[in-house]
Amino acid sequence: MTKTRSAQTSHQNLLALLLLLPSLIILGIFIFYPMIKTFYLSTQLTNLLGNPIKFIGLKNFVNLMQSDSFSTSFTITLIFVLFSTILTLFISYIMAIVASQKMKGIAIFRTMFSSTMGVSVTVASILWLFMFNPQIGLFSKILTTLHLPQINWLSDPTWSLIAIIGTTVWMNLGFAFLVLLGAIQAIPQDLYQVADLDGASWWLRLRKITMPATRSTIFFVTVVTLINAFQTFGQVDILTSGGPDYHTNLLVYAIYQDAFVNHSVGRASAQSVILTLIIMLFTIIQFYVKNKREGRNAK
Amino acid sequence: MQSSRLQKNCRFIVLLLFAILLLLPLFLGISLSLSSSQSIAQGNLLPRHLEFSNYIKVFTNTPMANFLLHSLIVSGMVMVGQIVLSIMAAYAFVFLNFRFKKTLFILFLSTMMLPFEAQIIPNFATMRDLNLLNTYASIGLPFLASAFGTFMMKTSFEQVPIELKHLSDIEGLNHWQFATRVVIPYTKVNIITFALYSFLTNWNMYLWPLIATTNNNVRTVQIGLRQLRSQDTASNWGLIMAATIVSVIPTLLIIFLGQKYFKKGLTNGVIK
Repeated sequence: MTKTRSAQTSHQNLLALLLLLPSLIILGIFIFYPMIKTFYLSTQLTNLLGNPIKFIGLKNFVNLMQSDSFSTSFTITLIFVLFSTILTLFISYIMAIVASQKMKGIAIFRTMFSSTMGVSVTVASILWLFMFNPQIGLFSKILTTLHLPQINWLSDPTWSLIAIIGTTVWMNLGFAFLVLLGAIQAIPQDLYQVADLDGASWWLRLRKITMPATRSTIFFVTVVTLINAFQTFGQVDILTSGGPDYHTNLLVYAIYQDAFVNHSVGRASAQSVILTLIIMLFTIIQFYVKNKREGRNAK
Repeated sequence: MQSSRLQKNCRFIVLLLFAILLLLPLFLGISLSLSSSQSIAQGNLLPRHLEFSNYIKVFTNTPMANFLLHSLIVSGMVMVGQIVLSIMAAYAFVFLNFRFKKTLFILFLSTMMLPFEAQIIPNFATMRDLNLLNTYASIGLPFLASAFGTFMMKTSFEQVPIELKHLSDIEGLNHWQFATRVVIPYTKVNIITFALYSFLTNWNMYLWPLIATTNNNVRTVQIGLRQLRSQDTASNWGLIMAATIVSVIPTLLIIFLGQKYFKKGLTNGVIK
Protein backbone atom coordinates (compact mmCIF):
# COMPACT_ATOMS: atom_id res chain seq x y z
CA MET A 1 0.00 0.00 0.00
CA THR A 2 2.69 2.47 1.06
CA LYS A 3 4.71 1.43 -1.91
CA THR A 4 1.94 2.10 -4.44
CA ARG A 5 1.19 5.40 -2.80
CA SER A 6 4.80 6.56 -2.99
CA ALA A 7 4.93 5.34 -6.59
CA GLN A 8 1.82 7.36 -7.28
CA THR A 9 3.33 10.40 -5.57
CA SER A 10 6.51 10.26 -7.60
CA HIS A 11 4.41 9.75 -10.72
CA GLN A 12 2.47 12.90 -9.85
CA ASN A 13 5.68 14.79 -9.12
CA LEU A 14 7.04 13.85 -12.53
CA LEU A 15 3.82 14.71 -14.36
CA ALA A 16 3.54 18.07 -12.57
CA LEU A 17 7.14 18.85 -13.50
CA LEU A 18 6.43 18.08 -17.15
CA LEU A 19 3.31 20.23 -17.14
CA LEU A 20 4.97 23.19 -15.43
CA LEU A 21 8.35 23.04 -17.13
CA PRO A 22 7.47 24.88 -20.37
CA SER A 23 5.98 27.81 -18.45
CA LEU A 24 8.84 27.81 -15.95
CA ILE A 25 11.45 27.93 -18.72
CA ILE A 26 9.74 30.87 -20.44
CA LEU A 27 9.18 32.76 -17.19
CA GLY A 28 12.75 32.03 -16.16
CA ILE A 29 14.38 33.29 -19.35
CA PHE A 30 12.11 36.27 -20.06
CA ILE A 31 11.02 37.46 -16.60
CA PHE A 32 13.17 36.24 -13.70
CA TYR A 33 16.54 36.40 -15.41
CA PRO A 34 15.90 39.90 -16.90
CA MET A 35 14.71 41.14 -13.53
CA ILE A 36 17.89 40.01 -11.80
CA LYS A 37 19.97 41.34 -14.68
CA THR A 38 18.21 44.72 -14.51
CA PHE A 39 18.92 45.01 -10.78
CA TYR A 40 22.54 44.06 -11.49
CA LEU A 41 22.92 46.57 -14.35
CA SER A 42 21.47 49.32 -12.17
CA THR A 43 24.57 49.06 -9.98
CA GLN A 44 26.99 49.23 -12.90
CA LEU A 45 28.70 51.85 -14.95
CA THR A 46 27.93 50.81 -18.54
CA ASN A 47 29.54 51.62 -21.87
CA LEU A 48 27.80 52.68 -25.08
CA LEU A 49 27.20 49.03 -26.03
CA GLY A 50 25.34 48.55 -22.77
CA ASN A 51 28.02 46.32 -21.25
CA PRO A 52 28.88 46.73 -17.57
CA ILE A 53 32.31 48.21 -16.89
CA LYS A 54 32.49 48.72 -13.18
CA PHE A 55 30.45 48.33 -9.99
CA ILE A 56 29.38 51.74 -8.74
CA GLY A 57 26.84 50.81 -6.06
CA LEU A 58 23.91 53.19 -5.86
CA LYS A 59 25.62 55.90 -7.90
CA ASN A 60 23.11 55.54 -10.77
CA PHE A 61 20.27 56.16 -8.32
CA VAL A 62 22.04 59.13 -6.72
CA ASN A 63 22.62 60.60 -10.17
CA LEU A 64 18.95 60.16 -11.00
CA MET A 65 17.87 61.94 -7.83
CA GLN A 66 20.09 64.87 -8.74
CA SER A 67 19.00 65.01 -12.37
CA ASP A 68 16.46 67.61 -13.42
CA SER A 69 15.10 65.55 -16.27
CA PHE A 70 14.41 62.61 -13.96
CA SER A 71 12.71 64.70 -11.32
CA THR A 72 10.53 66.24 -14.05
CA SER A 73 9.66 62.88 -15.52
CA PHE A 74 8.99 61.31 -12.10
CA THR A 75 6.75 64.18 -10.93
CA ILE A 76 4.90 64.14 -14.23
CA THR A 77 4.43 60.39 -14.03
CA LEU A 78 2.81 60.77 -10.59
CA ILE A 79 0.52 63.57 -11.78
CA PHE A 80 -0.39 61.56 -14.87
CA VAL A 81 -1.14 58.39 -12.87
CA LEU A 82 -3.22 60.27 -10.31
CA PHE A 83 -5.40 62.18 -12.77
CA SER A 84 -5.82 59.45 -15.35
CA THR A 85 -6.86 56.96 -12.65
CA ILE A 86 -9.32 59.28 -10.90
CA LEU A 87 -10.92 60.40 -14.16
CA THR A 88 -11.15 56.86 -15.52
CA LEU A 89 -12.85 55.63 -12.35
CA PHE A 90 -15.20 58.57 -12.05
CA ILE A 91 -16.41 58.59 -15.65
CA SER A 92 -16.64 54.82 -16.06
CA TYR A 93 -18.60 54.50 -12.81
CA ILE A 94 -21.20 57.02 -13.96
CA MET A 95 -21.36 55.21 -17.30
CA ALA A 96 -21.85 51.87 -15.53
CA ILE A 97 -24.63 53.29 -13.34
CA VAL A 98 -26.62 54.81 -16.19
CA ALA A 99 -26.08 51.73 -18.36
CA SER A 100 -27.06 49.27 -15.60
CA GLN A 101 -30.70 50.36 -15.63
CA LYS A 102 -33.05 48.41 -17.84
CA MET A 103 -34.48 50.21 -20.83
CA LYS A 104 -35.08 49.67 -24.50
CA GLY A 105 -31.92 49.61 -26.57
CA ILE A 106 -29.58 49.57 -23.58
CA ALA A 107 -27.60 46.66 -25.05
CA ILE A 108 -26.45 48.89 -27.91
CA PHE A 109 -25.20 51.51 -25.46
CA ARG A 110 -23.37 48.86 -23.43
CA THR A 111 -21.62 47.62 -26.55
CA MET A 112 -20.65 51.15 -27.58
CA PHE A 113 -19.38 51.94 -24.07
CA SER A 114 -17.11 48.92 -23.94
CA SER A 115 -15.77 49.44 -27.47
CA THR A 116 -12.55 51.25 -26.49
CA MET A 117 -11.41 48.04 -24.80
CA GLY A 118 -10.58 46.74 -28.26
CA VAL A 119 -8.73 49.87 -29.33
CA SER A 120 -4.94 49.62 -29.29
CA VAL A 121 -2.73 52.37 -27.95
CA THR A 122 -1.58 53.14 -31.50
CA VAL A 123 -5.11 53.52 -32.82
CA ALA A 124 -6.22 55.62 -29.84
CA SER A 125 -3.19 57.89 -30.19
CA ILE A 126 -3.60 58.39 -33.93
CA LEU A 127 -7.33 59.15 -33.57
CA TRP A 128 -6.60 61.71 -30.85
CA LEU A 129 -3.59 63.06 -32.74
CA PHE A 130 -6.13 64.29 -35.25
CA MET A 131 -8.47 65.65 -32.56
CA PHE A 132 -5.56 67.73 -31.22
CA ASN A 133 -4.28 68.87 -34.62
CA PRO A 134 -3.81 72.67 -34.39
CA GLN A 135 -4.92 73.37 -37.97
CA ILE A 136 -7.73 70.99 -38.84
CA GLY A 137 -8.44 69.09 -35.60
CA LEU A 138 -11.78 69.03 -33.84
CA PHE A 139 -10.67 71.05 -30.80
CA SER A 140 -9.18 73.82 -32.89
CA LYS A 141 -12.51 73.99 -34.79
CA ILE A 142 -14.42 74.28 -31.52
CA LEU A 143 -12.09 77.02 -30.24
CA THR A 144 -12.46 78.93 -33.51
CA THR A 145 -16.23 78.68 -33.36
CA LEU A 146 -16.21 80.00 -29.80
CA HIS A 147 -13.77 82.81 -30.78
CA LEU A 148 -11.23 81.54 -28.26
CA PRO A 149 -7.46 81.66 -28.78
CA GLN A 150 -5.93 78.51 -30.28
CA ILE A 151 -4.09 76.06 -28.06
CA ASN A 152 -1.01 74.16 -29.18
CA TRP A 153 -2.23 70.98 -27.52
CA LEU A 154 0.80 68.82 -28.15
CA SER A 155 3.61 71.37 -27.92
CA ASP A 156 2.51 73.32 -24.85
CA PRO A 157 4.07 72.01 -21.59
CA THR A 158 0.79 71.88 -19.64
CA TRP A 159 -1.69 71.06 -22.38
CA SER A 160 0.43 68.23 -23.77
CA LEU A 161 0.15 66.31 -20.49
CA ILE A 162 -3.58 67.01 -20.39
CA ALA A 163 -3.84 65.73 -23.96
CA ILE A 164 -2.08 62.50 -22.99
CA ILE A 165 -4.27 62.10 -19.91
CA GLY A 166 -7.39 62.61 -22.07
CA THR A 167 -6.31 60.02 -24.62
CA THR A 168 -5.44 57.53 -21.87
CA VAL A 169 -8.73 57.99 -20.01
CA TRP A 170 -10.65 57.51 -23.25
CA MET A 171 -8.76 54.28 -23.89
CA ASN A 172 -9.30 53.01 -20.33
CA LEU A 173 -13.06 53.60 -20.22
CA GLY A 174 -14.11 50.45 -22.07
CA PHE A 175 -12.48 47.98 -19.69
CA ALA A 176 -13.32 49.88 -16.51
CA PHE A 177 -16.93 50.28 -17.63
CA LEU A 178 -17.39 46.60 -18.42
CA VAL A 179 -16.00 45.39 -15.09
CA LEU A 180 -17.95 47.97 -13.04
CA LEU A 181 -21.15 47.22 -14.96
CA GLY A 182 -20.76 43.52 -14.12
CA ALA A 183 -20.39 44.38 -10.44
CA ILE A 184 -23.41 46.72 -10.36
CA GLN A 185 -25.59 44.17 -12.14
CA ALA A 186 -24.59 41.54 -9.59
CA ILE A 187 -26.15 43.52 -6.71
CA PRO A 188 -29.28 41.68 -5.49
CA GLN A 189 -32.39 43.59 -6.63
CA ASP A 190 -34.23 43.12 -3.30
CA LEU A 191 -31.81 45.57 -1.66
CA TYR A 192 -33.18 48.28 -3.94
CA GLN A 193 -36.78 47.22 -3.42
CA VAL A 194 -36.45 47.78 0.32
CA ALA A 195 -34.94 51.18 -0.37
CA ASP A 196 -37.79 52.04 -2.73
CA LEU A 197 -40.34 51.18 -0.03
CA ASP A 198 -38.54 53.53 2.31
CA GLY A 199 -38.69 56.21 -0.37
CA ALA A 200 -34.90 56.58 -0.50
CA SER A 201 -33.64 59.13 -3.02
CA TRP A 202 -31.47 58.25 -6.00
CA TRP A 203 -28.42 59.71 -4.29
CA LEU A 204 -29.06 57.88 -1.04
CA ARG A 205 -29.45 54.55 -2.84
CA LEU A 206 -26.18 55.17 -4.67
CA ARG A 207 -24.33 56.01 -1.46
CA LYS A 208 -25.86 53.38 0.80
CA ILE A 209 -26.33 50.43 -1.55
CA THR A 210 -24.56 50.65 -4.91
CA MET A 211 -21.22 52.04 -3.76
CA PRO A 212 -20.71 49.77 -0.72
CA ALA A 213 -21.75 46.70 -2.74
CA THR A 214 -19.24 47.46 -5.50
CA ARG A 215 -16.41 48.62 -3.26
CA SER A 216 -14.13 45.67 -3.93
CA THR A 217 -14.56 46.02 -7.69
CA ILE A 218 -13.88 49.75 -7.53
CA PHE A 219 -10.69 48.93 -5.65
CA PHE A 220 -9.72 46.29 -8.21
CA VAL A 221 -10.29 48.63 -11.17
CA THR A 222 -8.38 51.42 -9.39
CA VAL A 223 -5.30 49.29 -8.85
CA VAL A 224 -5.34 47.85 -12.38
CA THR A 225 -5.73 51.34 -13.88
CA LEU A 226 -3.01 52.71 -11.63
CA ILE A 227 -0.55 49.96 -12.55
CA ASN A 228 -1.31 50.36 -16.27
CA ALA A 229 -0.82 54.11 -15.97
CA PHE A 230 2.67 53.64 -14.56
CA GLN A 231 3.45 51.48 -17.61
CA THR A 232 2.24 54.03 -20.17
CA PHE A 233 4.42 54.27 -23.27
CA GLY A 234 2.62 54.30 -26.62
CA GLN A 235 0.57 57.47 -26.13
CA VAL A 236 3.73 59.43 -25.36
CA ASP A 237 5.66 57.85 -28.23
CA ILE A 238 3.02 58.77 -30.81
CA LEU A 239 1.58 62.04 -29.49
CA THR A 240 4.52 64.00 -28.07
CA SER A 241 7.74 61.94 -28.05
CA GLY A 242 8.18 62.98 -24.42
CA GLY A 243 8.26 66.69 -25.20
CA PRO A 244 8.09 69.60 -24.99
CA ASP A 245 11.23 69.74 -22.88
CA TYR A 246 10.55 66.45 -20.99
CA HIS A 247 7.08 67.62 -19.93
CA THR A 248 5.42 64.38 -21.04
CA ASN A 249 8.46 62.17 -20.48
CA LEU A 250 6.68 59.43 -18.50
CA LEU A 251 8.81 56.85 -16.71
CA VAL A 252 8.64 54.02 -19.27
CA TYR A 253 9.28 56.44 -22.13
CA ALA A 254 12.32 57.75 -20.23
CA ILE A 255 13.57 54.17 -19.78
CA TYR A 256 13.13 53.46 -23.49
CA GLN A 257 14.90 56.68 -24.49
CA ASP A 258 17.80 56.13 -22.10
CA ALA A 259 18.25 52.49 -23.08
CA PHE A 260 17.73 52.55 -26.84
CA VAL A 261 18.42 56.14 -27.91
CA ASN A 262 20.91 57.59 -25.40
CA HIS A 263 22.61 54.22 -24.80
CA SER A 264 22.86 54.86 -21.10
CA VAL A 265 21.88 51.43 -19.87
CA GLY A 266 22.89 51.89 -16.24
CA ARG A 267 20.62 54.88 -15.87
CA ALA A 268 17.76 53.13 -17.71
CA SER A 269 18.16 50.08 -15.46
CA ALA A 270 18.04 52.21 -12.32
CA GLN A 271 14.76 53.70 -13.54
CA SER A 272 13.50 50.19 -14.36
CA VAL A 273 14.24 49.15 -10.77
CA ILE A 274 12.24 52.11 -9.48
CA LEU A 275 9.33 51.17 -11.78
CA THR A 276 9.47 47.55 -10.60
CA LEU A 277 9.40 48.58 -6.94
CA ILE A 278 6.39 50.84 -7.50
CA ILE A 279 4.40 48.14 -9.31
CA MET A 280 5.37 45.57 -6.66
CA LEU A 281 4.15 47.86 -3.92
CA PHE A 282 0.72 48.32 -5.48
CA THR A 283 0.34 44.63 -6.34
CA ILE A 284 1.19 43.65 -2.77
CA ILE A 285 -1.30 46.18 -1.39
CA GLN A 286 -3.94 44.68 -3.68
CA PHE A 287 -3.22 41.11 -2.56
CA TYR A 288 -3.20 42.17 1.06
CA VAL A 289 -6.53 44.01 0.87
CA LYS A 290 -8.11 41.15 -1.10
CA ASN A 291 -7.00 38.51 1.40
CA LYS A 292 -8.13 40.58 4.34
CA ARG A 293 -11.55 41.01 2.80
CA GLU A 294 -11.83 37.31 1.94
CA GLY A 295 -10.75 36.40 5.46
CA ARG A 296 -13.47 38.64 6.87
CA ASN A 297 -16.10 37.23 4.52
CA ALA A 298 -15.14 33.67 5.48
CA LYS A 299 -15.94 34.45 9.12
CA MET B 1 -39.43 51.75 -9.20
CA GLN B 2 -41.42 54.86 -10.08
CA SER B 3 -39.44 56.76 -12.60
CA SER B 4 -41.04 59.66 -14.33
CA ARG B 5 -40.91 60.33 -18.02
CA LEU B 6 -38.59 63.26 -17.34
CA GLN B 7 -36.15 61.02 -15.51
CA LYS B 8 -36.20 58.55 -18.38
CA ASN B 9 -35.48 61.26 -20.92
CA CYS B 10 -32.64 62.61 -18.79
CA ARG B 11 -31.10 59.18 -18.58
CA PHE B 12 -31.35 58.76 -22.33
CA ILE B 13 -29.61 62.10 -22.89
CA VAL B 14 -26.79 61.15 -20.52
CA LEU B 15 -26.37 57.82 -22.31
CA LEU B 16 -26.28 59.62 -25.64
CA LEU B 17 -23.65 62.10 -24.43
CA PHE B 18 -21.39 59.29 -23.28
CA ALA B 19 -21.92 57.45 -26.56
CA ILE B 20 -20.84 60.57 -28.45
CA LEU B 21 -17.79 61.06 -26.21
CA LEU B 22 -16.71 57.47 -26.78
CA LEU B 23 -17.44 57.15 -30.46
CA LEU B 24 -16.56 60.61 -31.77
CA PRO B 25 -12.82 59.98 -32.30
CA LEU B 26 -13.58 56.71 -34.06
CA PHE B 27 -16.33 58.32 -36.11
CA LEU B 28 -14.05 61.17 -37.21
CA GLY B 29 -11.36 58.62 -38.10
CA ILE B 30 -13.79 56.75 -40.34
CA SER B 31 -15.03 60.01 -41.81
CA LEU B 32 -11.50 61.16 -42.73
CA SER B 33 -10.65 57.76 -44.15
CA LEU B 34 -13.53 58.25 -46.62
CA SER B 35 -12.53 61.81 -47.56
CA SER B 36 -10.28 63.01 -50.34
CA SER B 37 -7.06 64.84 -49.43
CA GLN B 38 -8.43 68.11 -50.83
CA SER B 39 -11.53 67.87 -48.69
CA ILE B 40 -9.39 67.27 -45.56
CA ALA B 41 -6.98 70.07 -46.46
CA GLN B 42 -9.91 72.46 -46.71
CA GLY B 43 -10.76 71.56 -43.13
CA ASN B 44 -13.85 69.44 -43.72
CA LEU B 45 -14.55 66.90 -41.00
CA LEU B 46 -17.08 65.08 -43.16
CA PRO B 47 -16.38 63.83 -46.68
CA ARG B 48 -17.97 65.91 -49.44
CA HIS B 49 -18.49 62.70 -51.36
CA LEU B 50 -17.54 59.22 -50.25
CA GLU B 51 -14.12 58.18 -51.45
CA PHE B 52 -12.80 54.63 -51.01
CA SER B 53 -9.44 55.25 -52.65
CA ASN B 54 -7.68 55.56 -49.27
CA TYR B 55 -8.55 51.96 -48.45
CA ILE B 56 -7.28 50.78 -51.80
CA LYS B 57 -4.05 52.75 -51.32
CA VAL B 58 -3.54 51.18 -47.89
CA PHE B 59 -3.22 47.80 -49.59
CA THR B 60 -1.45 48.87 -52.79
CA ASN B 61 0.89 51.70 -51.69
CA THR B 62 1.84 50.61 -48.17
CA PRO B 63 3.02 47.30 -46.65
CA MET B 64 -0.08 47.21 -44.39
CA ALA B 65 -1.28 43.88 -45.81
CA ASN B 66 2.02 42.30 -44.72
CA PHE B 67 1.84 43.96 -41.33
CA LEU B 68 -1.69 42.59 -40.83
CA LEU B 69 -0.54 39.11 -41.76
CA HIS B 70 2.42 39.35 -39.34
CA SER B 71 0.12 40.47 -36.54
CA LEU B 72 -2.27 37.62 -37.27
CA ILE B 73 0.55 35.06 -37.16
CA VAL B 74 2.17 36.41 -33.98
CA SER B 75 -1.12 36.96 -32.14
CA GLY B 76 -2.41 33.53 -33.14
CA MET B 77 0.80 31.75 -32.13
CA VAL B 78 1.03 33.49 -28.80
CA MET B 79 -2.67 32.84 -28.14
CA VAL B 80 -2.33 29.11 -28.79
CA GLY B 81 0.87 28.96 -26.74
CA GLN B 82 -0.68 30.79 -23.82
CA ILE B 83 -3.79 28.59 -23.83
CA VAL B 84 -1.83 25.34 -23.98
CA LEU B 85 0.79 26.30 -21.40
CA SER B 86 -1.77 27.88 -19.06
CA ILE B 87 -4.02 24.82 -19.19
CA MET B 88 -1.05 22.52 -18.53
CA ALA B 89 0.17 24.52 -15.56
CA ALA B 90 -3.30 25.08 -14.13
CA TYR B 91 -4.09 21.36 -14.42
CA ALA B 92 -1.02 20.56 -12.36
CA PHE B 93 -1.92 23.13 -9.71
CA VAL B 94 -5.53 21.94 -9.38
CA PHE B 95 -5.52 18.17 -9.95
CA LEU B 96 -2.05 17.00 -8.93
CA ASN B 97 -0.23 16.78 -5.66
CA PHE B 98 3.46 17.42 -5.90
CA ARG B 99 6.35 18.83 -3.94
CA PHE B 100 6.83 22.59 -3.74
CA LYS B 101 3.32 23.12 -5.14
CA LYS B 102 2.68 26.21 -3.05
CA THR B 103 6.13 27.69 -3.67
CA LEU B 104 5.83 27.17 -7.41
CA PHE B 105 2.39 28.75 -7.49
CA ILE B 106 3.67 31.81 -5.62
CA LEU B 107 6.54 31.92 -8.12
CA PHE B 108 3.99 32.03 -10.96
CA LEU B 109 1.91 34.67 -9.23
CA SER B 110 4.92 36.84 -8.44
CA THR B 111 5.57 37.37 -12.15
CA MET B 112 2.35 39.38 -12.27
CA MET B 113 3.98 42.13 -10.26
CA LEU B 114 7.10 42.34 -12.40
CA PRO B 115 6.43 44.84 -15.19
CA PHE B 116 7.72 43.70 -18.59
CA GLU B 117 8.54 47.34 -19.36
CA ALA B 118 11.29 47.19 -16.74
CA GLN B 119 12.90 44.16 -18.41
CA ILE B 120 13.22 45.30 -21.98
CA ILE B 121 16.98 45.87 -21.80
CA PRO B 122 18.08 42.30 -20.90
CA ASN B 123 15.35 40.83 -23.13
CA PHE B 124 16.57 42.82 -26.10
CA ALA B 125 20.11 41.61 -25.39
CA THR B 126 18.89 37.99 -25.16
CA MET B 127 17.13 38.19 -28.50
CA ARG B 128 20.11 39.89 -30.11
CA ASP B 129 22.52 37.26 -28.76
CA LEU B 130 20.25 34.41 -29.90
CA ASN B 131 20.14 36.08 -33.33
CA LEU B 132 16.36 36.20 -33.14
CA LEU B 133 15.69 39.92 -33.74
CA ASN B 134 13.25 40.46 -36.63
CA THR B 135 11.72 36.99 -36.31
CA TYR B 136 8.27 35.95 -35.11
CA ALA B 137 9.99 34.19 -32.22
CA SER B 138 11.51 37.42 -30.94
CA ILE B 139 8.09 39.08 -30.73
CA GLY B 140 6.14 36.13 -29.36
CA LEU B 141 8.46 33.96 -27.26
CA PRO B 142 8.57 36.12 -24.09
CA PHE B 143 4.76 35.99 -23.82
CA LEU B 144 4.11 32.27 -24.36
CA ALA B 145 3.80 31.64 -20.64
CA SER B 146 1.13 33.67 -18.91
CA ALA B 147 0.76 33.90 -15.15
CA PHE B 148 -2.54 35.69 -15.66
CA GLY B 149 -3.78 32.87 -17.91
CA THR B 150 -2.59 30.19 -15.51
CA PHE B 151 -4.35 31.96 -12.68
CA MET B 152 -7.57 32.36 -14.67
CA MET B 153 -7.52 28.70 -15.78
CA LYS B 154 -6.77 27.55 -12.24
CA THR B 155 -9.75 29.51 -10.90
CA SER B 156 -12.06 27.95 -13.47
CA PHE B 157 -10.67 24.39 -13.07
CA GLU B 158 -11.41 24.66 -9.36
CA GLN B 159 -15.09 24.98 -10.27
CA VAL B 160 -15.09 21.48 -11.78
CA PRO B 161 -17.04 19.39 -9.20
CA ILE B 162 -14.78 17.03 -7.28
CA GLU B 163 -17.36 14.26 -7.87
CA LEU B 164 -16.43 14.31 -11.56
CA LYS B 165 -12.84 13.57 -10.60
CA HIS B 166 -13.93 10.69 -8.36
CA LEU B 167 -16.15 9.31 -11.11
CA SER B 168 -13.34 9.55 -13.65
CA ASP B 169 -11.03 7.69 -11.26
CA ILE B 170 -13.61 4.92 -10.88
CA GLU B 171 -14.03 4.76 -14.65
CA GLY B 172 -10.28 4.40 -14.90
CA LEU B 173 -9.70 7.58 -16.92
CA ASN B 174 -6.09 8.71 -16.99
CA HIS B 175 -5.06 12.37 -16.64
CA TRP B 176 -5.05 13.01 -20.38
CA GLN B 177 -8.56 11.57 -20.75
CA PHE B 178 -9.85 13.42 -17.69
CA ALA B 179 -8.40 16.70 -18.97
CA THR B 180 -9.64 16.42 -22.54
CA ARG B 181 -13.03 14.77 -21.89
CA VAL B 182 -14.07 16.42 -18.63
CA VAL B 183 -12.06 19.49 -17.56
CA ILE B 184 -11.67 21.28 -20.88
CA PRO B 185 -15.31 20.79 -22.05
CA TYR B 186 -16.53 21.80 -18.58
CA THR B 187 -14.55 25.08 -18.60
CA LYS B 188 -14.96 25.83 -22.29
CA VAL B 189 -16.49 29.27 -21.70
CA ASN B 190 -13.54 30.42 -19.58
CA ILE B 191 -11.05 29.07 -22.10
CA ILE B 192 -12.79 30.97 -24.91
CA THR B 193 -12.80 34.12 -22.79
CA PHE B 194 -9.08 33.80 -22.17
CA ALA B 195 -8.43 33.05 -25.85
CA LEU B 196 -10.25 36.20 -26.95
CA TYR B 197 -8.54 38.28 -24.29
CA SER B 198 -5.15 36.87 -25.23
CA PHE B 199 -5.59 37.54 -28.95
CA LEU B 200 -6.74 41.08 -28.22
CA THR B 201 -3.74 41.79 -25.99
CA ASN B 202 -1.27 40.29 -28.47
CA TRP B 203 -2.74 42.17 -31.42
CA ASN B 204 -2.47 45.45 -29.53
CA MET B 205 1.06 44.98 -28.16
CA TYR B 206 3.24 47.99 -28.77
CA LEU B 207 6.50 48.47 -26.85
CA TRP B 208 8.05 45.03 -27.29
CA PRO B 209 7.32 44.57 -31.03
CA LEU B 210 8.77 48.05 -31.51
CA ILE B 211 12.02 47.00 -29.84
CA ALA B 212 12.21 43.50 -31.31
CA THR B 213 11.86 44.58 -34.95
CA THR B 214 14.23 46.83 -36.84
CA ASN B 215 12.93 46.18 -40.36
CA ASN B 216 9.68 45.24 -42.09
CA ASN B 217 10.26 41.45 -42.19
CA VAL B 218 7.91 40.56 -39.33
CA ARG B 219 6.80 44.02 -38.22
CA THR B 220 3.31 44.01 -36.70
CA VAL B 221 0.44 46.27 -37.65
CA GLN B 222 0.79 48.53 -34.58
CA ILE B 223 4.40 49.35 -35.41
CA GLY B 224 3.48 49.65 -39.07
CA LEU B 225 0.93 52.32 -38.15
CA ARG B 226 3.51 54.17 -36.10
CA GLN B 227 5.85 54.12 -39.09
CA LEU B 228 3.13 55.28 -41.49
CA ARG B 229 2.22 58.11 -39.14
CA SER B 230 5.80 59.38 -38.86
CA GLN B 231 6.19 59.34 -42.66
CA ASP B 232 2.85 60.63 -43.73
CA THR B 233 0.69 62.58 -41.30
CA ALA B 234 1.12 66.08 -42.53
CA SER B 235 0.20 65.20 -46.06
CA ASN B 236 -2.11 62.27 -45.82
CA TRP B 237 -4.61 61.99 -42.98
CA GLY B 238 -7.03 60.03 -45.13
CA LEU B 239 -4.55 57.23 -45.76
CA ILE B 240 -3.42 57.10 -42.11
CA MET B 241 -7.00 56.88 -40.90
CA ALA B 242 -7.89 54.18 -43.42
CA ALA B 243 -4.92 52.12 -42.19
CA THR B 244 -5.93 52.80 -38.59
CA ILE B 245 -9.52 51.68 -39.18
CA VAL B 246 -8.38 48.53 -40.99
CA SER B 247 -6.13 47.65 -38.05
CA VAL B 248 -8.85 48.08 -35.45
CA ILE B 249 -11.59 46.04 -37.18
CA PRO B 250 -10.41 42.62 -35.90
CA THR B 251 -10.27 43.74 -32.28
CA LEU B 252 -13.57 45.61 -32.41
CA LEU B 253 -15.16 42.46 -33.81
CA ILE B 254 -13.73 40.49 -30.90
CA ILE B 255 -15.13 43.00 -28.42
CA PHE B 256 -18.59 42.98 -29.99
CA LEU B 257 -18.78 39.21 -30.30
CA GLY B 258 -17.13 38.48 -26.99
CA GLN B 259 -18.69 41.17 -24.81
CA LYS B 260 -20.75 38.66 -22.82
CA TYR B 261 -17.74 36.44 -22.20
CA PHE B 262 -15.60 39.36 -21.14
CA LYS B 263 -18.05 40.72 -18.63
CA LYS B 264 -18.55 37.33 -17.01
CA GLY B 265 -14.93 36.30 -17.21
CA LEU B 266 -13.50 39.55 -15.93
CA THR B 267 -15.92 39.86 -13.03
CA ASN B 268 -16.01 36.21 -11.91
CA GLY B 269 -12.75 34.70 -13.05
CA VAL B 270 -10.33 37.40 -12.13
CA ILE B 271 -11.70 39.38 -9.28
CA LYS B 272 -13.10 36.59 -7.13
